Amino acid sequence: MHSPSPNPRRAPFPMSADPTARAETLPETLPLPTVPRRPFLQTARTDRWWSKPLVVFLGLSAFIVYSTWAALQNAHFEFAGYLSPMYSPLFFDPGAGAPSPHAVFGAQPSWWPGWIPLYPAFLILWAPGGFRFTCYYYRGAYYKSHWASPASCGVGKAQKGYRGEQRFPLIFQNLHRYFLYFALAFLVVLSIDVYRGMWFGPNHDEFGIGLGTLVLAVNVVLLSGYTFGCHSLRHLVGGKLNLLARRPARLRAWNRVTWCNERHQLFAWLSLFWVGFTDFYVRMCSMGLWADVRIL
Amino acid sequence: MPKTTFKIWRGDSKGGEFRAYETEYSEGMVVLDVVHKIQAEQANDLAVRWNCKAGKCGSCSAEVNGQPKLMCMTRMNTLPLDRSVTVEPMQAFPVEKDLVADVSVNYEIKKRIKPFKPRPPDHDDGTWTMHQADVERSQEFRKCIECFLCQDVCHVDRDHHYHLEGKFIGPRFFVHAAYLDMHPADAEDRLADLKERDGVGYCNITKCCTVVCPEHITITDNAIIPLKERVADRYYDPLAKVLKVIGLGGKK
Ligand code: SF4
Ligand code: SF4
Ligand code: FES
Ligand code: FES
Repeated sequence: MHSPSPNPRRAPFPMSADPTARAETLPETLPLPTVPRRPFLQTARTDRWWSKPLVVFLGLSAFIVYSTWAALQNAHFEFAGYLSPMYSPLFFDPGAGAPSPHAVFGAQPSWWPGWIPLYPAFLILWAPGGFRFTCYYYRGAYYKSHWASPASCGVGKAQKGYRGEQRFPLIFQNLHRYFLYFALAFLVVLSIDVYRGMWFGPNHDEFGIGLGTLVLAVNVVLLSGYTFGCHSLRHLVGGKLNLLARRPARLRAWNRVTWCNERHQLFAWLSLFWVGFTDFYVRMCSMGLWADVRIL
Repeated sequence: MPKTTFKIWRGDSKGGEFRAYETEYSEGMVVLDVVHKIQAEQANDLAVRWNCKAGKCGSCSAEVNGQPKLMCMTRMNTLPLDRSVTVEPMQAFPVEKDLVADVSVNYEIKKRIKPFKPRPPDHDDGTWTMHQADVERSQEFRKCIECFLCQDVCHVDRDHHYHLEGKFIGPRFFVHAAYLDMHPADAEDRLADLKERDGVGYCNITKCCTVVCPEHITITDNAIIPLKERVADRYYDPLAKVLKVIGLGGKK
């Protein structure tokens, strides 16, 4: 596996004369590692190191394919008072018929050129999409699963040069906090959707609770667990302060966010799955393939 | 007694190779015990560094079956013993001899990090009031035993050698910087260093360091990401800058 190789930069390591002195630079003749760098996907690991990144690869890819497909459908995104989270908020009704009760601005605007299809899902999906794309958890996960940087810990990389998030383009991952602000607003919008999912009948004036209402509600709970565990939020509510205990309200907020943050990976996957499932549920009901159950 | 084969890397700074040693082991042995047994019975000149045998000195770091481990804390019954066990020195550093890596670059890196600088005392008698909740955050980082397993596994060091080029201080020293920077009595400003010279942006939060840390320090989530957020506050948040200019920004 390893071939003996000479180490050209090997030189006696020059330790600073004064061990307590603060050094500004590293010594110039640093010896290189002796064991050669392992080639791409090579490792001495004997466990199934590829299984986790593979599961992440399949899970994330499946979600991207499904959500893109669902956004392109432009139909079957509402049923009774339910609205699919992939279409919420719905700015314009894409359909030609009567505008959806969820459409904030009613029917498709007349000035919109008819030959450009209006996809209301794409008008909004950039926000939750960008939030997840720049999320610290997902970054670490897809850098492994989709970019093999590295494919798994202690496994050889293909890339020779490396810019990481230090330089363009990934330096833009630092804008994660802006997506957080949108994500917080989406929690409000989706909570309103749960409320609207409690009104049935042709005029949406008959109170009730259906299985779909619960599906929408669970979606908000899981998305809240995910959003409130955000590292940027943790920083914002208190992490940036060193003297946090002097501000009890912020300390309490920081503790709560920390609780979610410790489960961030779990909530990331649960909420991702449930967003897809909520869309699927509404879609199946709307297509008449599933019958929604009225509980109340 | 059951038998096992250890493939141990033998060599020096110029290079080396794996050599196989067949030996007996008993239940309850750790990898370091087996290495010592081989050293005593078959390879008297095998170099291996160790000290406490209790996972507290951080000397016996090596790679067992490709995974950075403290040899003294890796029990034989956690390894698949139907095949041979590979033991090699840490890959991110030059080798002194056999399993002993030259980790001195880490001491040089540490010297570059700005030391603790106390803020003005809270009280006239020159003392500070500190709350446990504030101290706790940096206390986690004090558990570090400087085994450098995290430095070894981090791909920025291991595959790209940025720690040797002075571009990246590595997870151990982000832990150290976070310890200082989050200390409730510290007033030093390390953000410019962290952003530029220390290369916090090279960390792509893949968390390999957290996984290998024998002290279970939550390196990525509790040290590196909060530092990235502090750097983002100052350098990558135009909106915060605008708010600050118009007098709405928060203070540190
Ligand atoms: S999380 Fe960052 S510092 Fe830790 S191993 Fe990964 S890249 Fe290195
Ligand atoms: S942070 Fe953990 S892995 Fe890294 S040197 Fe300290 S104890 Fe070892
Ligand atoms: S870090 Fe995951 S959502 Fe912000
Ligand atoms: S010998 Fe001290 S940590 Fe293993």
